[in-house]
Amino acid sequence: METLEKTKDYASIKNQGTISLQDVPVVSYSKFTAVAGELLGSETRHCVNYYAYPFQKGLKFIFCVADDVEHDIKLVSHELPADNKKQLLSLAREFFSMHVFERELHENFGIDFIYHPWQKPVRYAFNRFDRNQVINNYPFYKIDGNELHEVGVGPIHAGIIEPGHFRFLCNGETVLHLEIQLGWQHRGVEDLFLKKSSLIQRTVLSESIAGDTALGHSLAYVSMMESLGGIQVSERLELERTIGLELERIAMHVGDLGNMNIGLAYQLAASVFGTLRTPVINYTQTWCGNRFGKGLNRVGGSHYPFTEDLSDKLITLLDKFDASFDPMAERMFSLPSVLMRVENIGKVTEKQMRLIGAVGMTARMAGIERDIRESHPFAAYKTYRITSETFLNGDVWARAMLRKIEIKHSVGFIRDLLAKLKDMKEPVSKPTAEMELRLAPNALSVSLVEGWRGEICHCAVTDAAGKIVHYKVKDPSVHNWFALALSLRDLEISDFPINNKSYNLSYCGHDL
Amino acid sequence: MISIVLMVITALFFPGVIVKSKAKFSGRKGPGIFQPWFDIARLLRKGNVFSNASSYVFQISSSVYLAAVFTALLFIPFENLGPLISFTGDFVLFAYLMALGRFIIVASALDVSSGFEGMGANREVLYGLLVEPAFFILIGSLAMFTGHASFASIFQGLHYTSYFSAVIGVLAAFTFSQITLVESSRLPVDDPLTHLELTMVHEVMVLDHSGFDLGIIKVANNLKFAIYGMLSANCLIPHELDFWVRIVIYFVLQVGLAVAIGFIESFRARNKMAMNPQYILSISAIATILIFVVIIINNNL
Repeated sequence: METLEKTKDYASIKNQGTISLQDVPVVSYSKFTAVAGELLGSETRHCVNYYAYPFQKGLKFIFCVADDVEHDIKLVSHELPADNKKQLLSLAREFFSMHVFERELHENFGIDFIYHPWQKPVRYAFNRFDRNQVINNYPFYKIDGNELHEVGVGPIHAGIIEPGHFRFLCNGETVLHLEIQLGWQHRGVEDLFLKKSSLIQRTVLSESIAGDTALGHSLAYVSMMESLGGIQVSERLELERTIGLELERIAMHVGDLGNMNIGLAYQLAASVFGTLRTPVINYTQTWCGNRFGKGLNRVGGSHYPFTEDLSDKLITLLDKFDASFDPMAERMFSLPSVLMRVENIGKVTEKQMRLIGAVGMTARMAGIERDIRESHPFAAYKTYRITSETFLNGDVWARAMLRKIEIKHSVGFIRDLLAKLKDMKEPVSKPTAEMELRLAPNALSVSLVEGWRGEICHCAVTDAAGKIVHYKVKDPSVHNWFALALSLRDLEISDFPINNKSYNLSYCGHDL
Repeated sequence: MISIVLMVITALFFPGVIVKSKAKFSGRKGPGIFQPWFDIARLLRKGNVFSNASSYVFQISSSVYLAAVFTALLFIPFENLGPLISFTGDFVLFAYLMALGRFIIVASALDVSSGFEGMGANREVLYGLLVEPAFFILIGSLAMFTGHASFASIFQGLHYTSYFSAVIGVLAAFTFSQITLVESSRLPVDDPLTHLELTMVHEVMVLDHSGFDLGIIKVANNLKFAIYGMLSANCLIPHELDFWVRIVIYFVLQVGLAVAIGFIESFRARNKMAMNPQYILSISAIATILIFVVIIINNNL
């Protein structure tokens, strides 16, 4: 009897599945906190999204929790009618990993979360609730003391990357606290998904959420559209998409290793890894005409079939890649002057990472086994398993080493997939035309993709006519920026750049 | 006079050779040897921009820096061919002129009251403080060995009568080249290529300098290379050789030093900032070995 009661508390769907909105139970807030508490109580479950959208003049909240054991996504909802007081008891007080979701709700809808430990603005979205809150008046954390000084870096970056402001509270060369303030790159992506109504516009938009994760985000988008539109894609197409995603992982990881070596001033590895990235992204260009894979992922099919010739070229490329990558990585990880700079630098613990709800690489380098490719398989990972590696150290070394290992795994995985592709003779179909795409009405769909940084989550809600009424994007960086701040505690300020590079988080993915 | 000409010529190609060798080591073509000087020429044609927060200290800093370094250069001989100015104990003035140059740049960094530049100034002063003993121990041992107390007479008297005394030359040249790395803010102490203010030492202090002022700071930096390069060469080149042979050896040594710096900067990472004091003190430790070598050779032990 009790189990029957429990099934009513939440609905569950598979990753990239679609559910009718009526089937998502709507509970009272007190009941919701109990259900959420029970779901988040286990280490095998983590919240992938918690957001609200305007619904019948009030707000409807959707809460999605990924379950690593049952390989599904649990959904529960609660509503806040328009005439109700905009005040809710904070979940973050007990489960700190919820902090960023509640901060976002606070910023967008003016809901006051009672007992929230860190209720600060997230990104100063242009359609935020309180327009008087401006980005120049961010409430920074302060410590008083004659020996302390503040160092502010940004938002204009000294190099070539994106804007973000970093405020260090230092005691001499030691950092006591780092606060990262973002929002400078806000473009209103979620809103644009509703304004731009054509399929091609939306697909291109999904490729532009974060320029370095074009394939990851667009895969999340197209898989969800296929799920909402009830389109079955061929196994061959899923394989091709997976190859694209893993190529992006290889290219970004090897580029990051090069960047880290620039930070270490180790020129040899910086140039070797830097030059290794180029052939990989050039290959993507040969395949689809764009080095970052824009244009590759399209709903229902592909404009760029993966031919026999492309397959042979990829094998040659991977052979050449291995031949230079292996000895250089070997050398880098045995050079004392490199090890001195990376070992035990910027250490974070597993507990800290669980508290902030870290995902992807940032979770795996600190001992949390959290990989959507394993726990909620999508695309070709449903059939073919990739080995996911976890490190316990949580330092710069672990982040660099994890990249090295993931590159090796991805190269091996692509080789396996290429062998499988040989047997699939039937070419992939052309993408679905817009007029043929009919989205399920009154439905909710959640799409998780493990991009190279970590878990990407897209959620969409449709109305009675099958039109998208709300679109939600969550980049892994939303959680992981906090890990960088924690890494810097009690660290020399001059070690900030190497830590920042070891995470390489996305500004625009966070700011949207 | 000949020493000044040689040093100026060295300053012309030294930074370019470092850049070129680094490019070659990483498989790139690299810019031309004189590119650093073209960059300086471009800067010298530009005007200055002064921060509202700065005072006259900032405005005179680069000129004072160049003047100090150039005056220090006048004391350096080439072998037994004397320098322009020389008197007993001139190396103390030399060290203080170098310190004056450092002081004025540090003062200008503090003058603009930027968070970064204060940090850089703090690091620069610490490293300057730690590298000074190495210089004095080194030059003191050479003075003890030759029995003279000015640059000109020390290098004139530096004859290698036995195999043992060649050890002195090698040790001294090595120590001078190590001091070069610290004084010129090169790897492993500082990374001159970084664009990240938080990890800079020298570069961050001149962040607010622009145009002409930045140009002459770079000129002074290049002269510093030449000064320490000349001091290293003086310890190694035997006097007995023909003048032109010595000139050739001198240039070979300078190019060698520049390539060595390029080599170090290609094949190792920068020190962890907190390890730098230890690293710099080890230069003094090497210089101390020199004292014992001198004592043994002079049969005072």
